[in-house]
Amino acid sequence: MMPSDCISAALLIAGGIFFLAGTFGLLRFPDVYTRLHALTKADNVGLGLMVAGLALQAESWAVVGKLLLIWLLVLLAGASVAHLVAGQALRTGTRPWKR
Amino acid sequence: MNTAFLYALVGVGLFSLGLYALIVHAHLLRKILAINVMGSGVFLVLVALARRSRDAPPDAVPQAMVITGIVVAVSATALALTLMLKLSGETGRAELPDDRRN
Amino acid sequence: MEAVNLMLWTFDTLLGLGLLWVAWRTLACADLFKGIVLFVAFGLLMALAWVRLDAPDIALAEAAIGAGVTGALLMAALARLRASETDEGSAGQLGSEGSDAEPSQWLPVVILLVVAAGLGHALLSLPPEAVGLGAEIAAHLDISGVSNPVTAVLLNFRGYDTLLEMVVLFVALLGVWSLGREIEQGASAPGPVLDTLARILAPVLILVAAYLLWVGAHAPGGAFQAGSVLGAAGLLLLLAGWRPRADLTARPLRLALVAGPGTFVAVAVVTLLTGAWLLEFPPKHAGTLILILEATATLSIGVTLAALFLGGRPRHDQELR
Repeated sequence: MMPSDCISAALLIAGGIFFLAGTFGLLRFPDVYTRLHALTKADNVGLGLMVAGLALQAESWAVVGKLLLIWLLVLLAGASVAHLVAGQALRTGTRPWKR
Repeated sequence: MNTAFLYALVGVGLFSLGLYALIVHAHLLRKILAINVMGSGVFLVLVALARRSRDAPPDAVPQAMVITGIVVAVSATALALTLMLKLSGETGRAELPDDRRN
Repeated sequence: MEAVNLMLWTFDTLLGLGLLWVAWRTLACADLFKGIVLFVAFGLLMALAWVRLDAPDIALAEAAIGAGVTGALLMAALARLRASETDEGSAGQLGSEGSDAEPSQWLPVVILLVVAAGLGHALLSLPPEAVGLGAEIAAHLDISGVSNPVTAVLLNFRGYDTLLEMVVLFVALLGVWSLGREIEQGASAPGPVLDTLARILAPVLILVAAYLLWVGAHAPGGAFQAGSVLGAAGLLLLLAGWRPRADLTARPLRLALVAGPGTFVAVAVVTLLTGAWLLEFPPKHAGTLILILEATATLSIGVTLAALFLGGRPRHDQELR
């Protein structure tokens, strides 16, 4: 395997680990706010690593540009939706978890 | 048995699950969810059966039919949801009159 | 390559089991909101299954329409349902949504098992090789005007089905419009985040729709995927509180809705009048005709999906004189 394939595989696996960590946080954290925190942060980094891994396999710079655009759009959507969900949770009275 | 048959069996399972939920639940929104799941199962069976022979090029006719089916399903869902809201507005509950348990 | 085959088999099995499990949880969940969120997740898993079945066009359509637009419609209906039930003060409103399946009913379970067993048996007794039309399509692809076989089938070889489907979409909207006025959204003004998101994303989504429309001729994409992205842009704007101006909801809206099916019918009539079979495109002009049909179809599908979300006739609808 070429070295770029190895680096791609490593980046993709690392992205998968971040996604796994985010899902673990979604399942185990105690309330909405901590779950949103885990989900958005881990998933954005995970997707970024996966996009980097796929960009190494791309045939042209146009494909790399499209992959980057996908990552930026997911970043934007994820952050905005997390804000909206947290705002709605605050309005309906969900209190943040305290130890 | 290759993977196409596996997906076709999953499609049959989805259809059966949807059919059971359609029969058993009284709330109309649950019935609409069940019909959508049944539709997804049927589409899976259609395309998976066309992929049975791995060497042939992907058959585009079932794929076109499934794309048509997805669009028709969303328009039917929208109409069904509007009817459900009308019924709920008139009678106060989102259930058909002869499905009421109490 | 045995290891790769084994990994793919494991992936397919896990995906199949995951699909069944998420579908069961969607339908058996006590809270309807949770059920609808799980339904959106189910749609995305289905998109993965489509990719595994070598159907990327269906994957795009499922992710956009099956998961996205249907999920938005279901959520909006649930919110309006809960709002109307709160107004009437019906007692036990949470209980009325509950899954009131009595577990002691054995007849539906028997029906389920019999249907599943029968279908499974019929499935497994099919011959292992599928006699499809894949070879035929590949042989005639060069006269169809495009190089994506799915687009060729949708817009050229089976154009009649697509014509009827556009009309079905239109009739569904007529049905929704005939049931009443747009459901009033008693909401406050959107916050700055939603407002900015809608302003940034709407032009990007329009651009992506145009890209999907153009690329559908030679790669996965096409009119339906592009139309659903356009519909998503409309949904986003509607959710952010935007409503079309009063003078836009009379004639321009109706023109946009009718453009798709109308152009299709016009082309069909022209092909009949010039002596060819119905919707038989001359190979020289097939590519151009398909592009025109797809462009009007994209506009109509997008506007129809956004209009379906409103739930009724637009508020400022002027009576046409």
